Amino acid sequence: MVWQVLEGLSRDSAKRLRFVPGVVYVDEGAACGRSPADRAHTVAEMRLLLQAVGFPWHVVTLEEVFSLPPSVLRCFPQEPVGAVGTYKVAVDSYLQQQHALGPERAGGSPIPAQEGERAGQPCSHDPRGLAGPQPAAQTEALSQLFGSVKTLTAKEELLHTLRTHLILHVARTHGYSKVMTGDSCTRLAIKLMTSLALGRGAFLAWDTGFSDERHGDVVVVRPMRDHTLKEVAFYNRLFAVPSVLAPAMDTRAPEKASIHRLMEGFLLRLQVQFPSTVSTVYRTSEKLVKAPRDGRATGPRCLLCLCALDIDASDSATAFGAQTLDFSQTQPPTPRAEAGSPTEVGSAQDCCQGAGPCRRDDPRARVMEQLCYSCRANMKDVPSFDLLPPYILAEAQLRSQRASQDIQECLVEDSAEDSLTAET
Amino acid sequence: MAAPLSVEVEFGGGAELLFNGIKKHQVTLPGQEEPWDIRSLLVWIKKNLLKERPELFIQGDSVRPGILVLVNDADWELLGELDYQLQDQDSILFISTLHGG
Repeated sequence: MVWQVLEGLSRDSAKRLRFVPGVVYVDEGAACGRSPADRAHTVAEMRLLLQAVGFPWHVVTLEEVFSLPPSVLRCFPQEPVGAVGTYKVAVDSYLQQQHALGPERAGGSPIPAQEGERAGQPCSHDPRGLAGPQPAAQTEALSQLFGSVKTLTAKEELLHTLRTHLILHVARTHGYSKVMTGDSCTRLAIKLMTSLALGRGAFLAWDTGFSDERHGDVVVVRPMRDHTLKEVAFYNRLFAVPSVLAPAMDTRAPEKASIHRLMEGFLLRLQVQFPSTVSTVYRTSEKLVKAPRDGRATGPRCLLCLCALDIDASDSATAFGAQTLDFSQTQPPTPRAEAGSPTEVGSAQDCCQGAGPCRRDDPRARVMEQLCYSCRANMKDVPSFDLLPPYILAEAQLRSQRASQDIQECLVEDSAEDSLTAET
Repeated sequence: MAAPLSVEVEFGGGAELLFNGIKKHQVTLPGQEEPWDIRSLLVWIKKNLLKERPELFIQGDSVRPGILVLVNDADWELLGELDYQLQDQDSILFISTLHGG
């Protein structure tokens, strides 16, 4: 994709693209258990490549999620387009996904002559990049977090979430209004089926559509969604696009290791016998419409994936509502919840309104109640929320405080009694 | 009776991880009764080059779905897939488009 953007920006092309891109690479070696030497090697290769490309580039490591502010989980309204003179677009080359394509690394890849004229554009070194080895504590914390997750599916989902937040933060910090990802048609078809299996059916339009505006000010676009992986692979081969291979979490995993792998194997096997499989799934994804649920445009959003919540916690008649009630009642009592335990039985009915004090005192329950269905299912495989980056827990606390304030303003006398029993 | 063939076998997109990280292999296929085709080449690769996890590369008779095969920079589907008969100095490229290597 970066190559195509290069082509599009060159002076020769008939319809020249008009934006100023930057490239970001996220080093996820700590989550995959790679040694520091391996990671440094990959990053060095990546740097060579990015320098050859000529755009401003940023290398960030996944450990930096531990220093993210809670504001990254908030949705900001769209900024007016004319705010900064020319609008900037960030190119996020998921080179780790594109590692499947392009067999050769850049030896002396021909750089078009036009690049030299554009060298006036600051090819900045990365201000937030690896100035030196990452604080070992953060690397250790990240490996512990991923080591504690029970299933590969949950690990992949968690990685995806953290990576998204990190890229969002980089985009916001550097003033980019759009993030372009290199998801191809095949990848999106697999993603669509995987999302269905994971319980994200309500958000398919955002996860696989061309543009994803759930973050408000930063829009995620997928310009490569029309091209199949085969086309991209051939393009890379025929145009000698350089690439760097970085082993990921699921490299060499057996086929049934996670839902993602299973779905990938399933779709690709079907594709061999029925060559229209991927395109059919893709066309179906194009028909998905982003309609707000019940006609509500604004409502509470999931803490992690920032989609409008698809669950109705107050509806205990549904299977999900019953599950939620069970969940709160089987929580082991934490020291802080002891004060609330006498009211636990009595306030079981209150839990479904989300104002039960017993839930508020338990950080795990507090985070869980702010997640959508699929995020909850994934988080069940994360045994300890203490290992999560602090910005998630901080934002969860902030939201629950705000929610309880709102509810207490609405309720008349009951709320005063409930909050009193929680304090005692 | 087929004469010994010299072909270049290349791996990309992560497939090289199964072959000790070496991308290009110049191999000489010994002479044998039947002419060499991709099917027999795969058997040969499995026996001689594949260092680990054969199920990640070969499935049954053919390559795992998701691995592209190019013969002399052309898609093997145009050339008859497994039945294409190898010529001397051919270049066979296997690109993995799978996430898991």
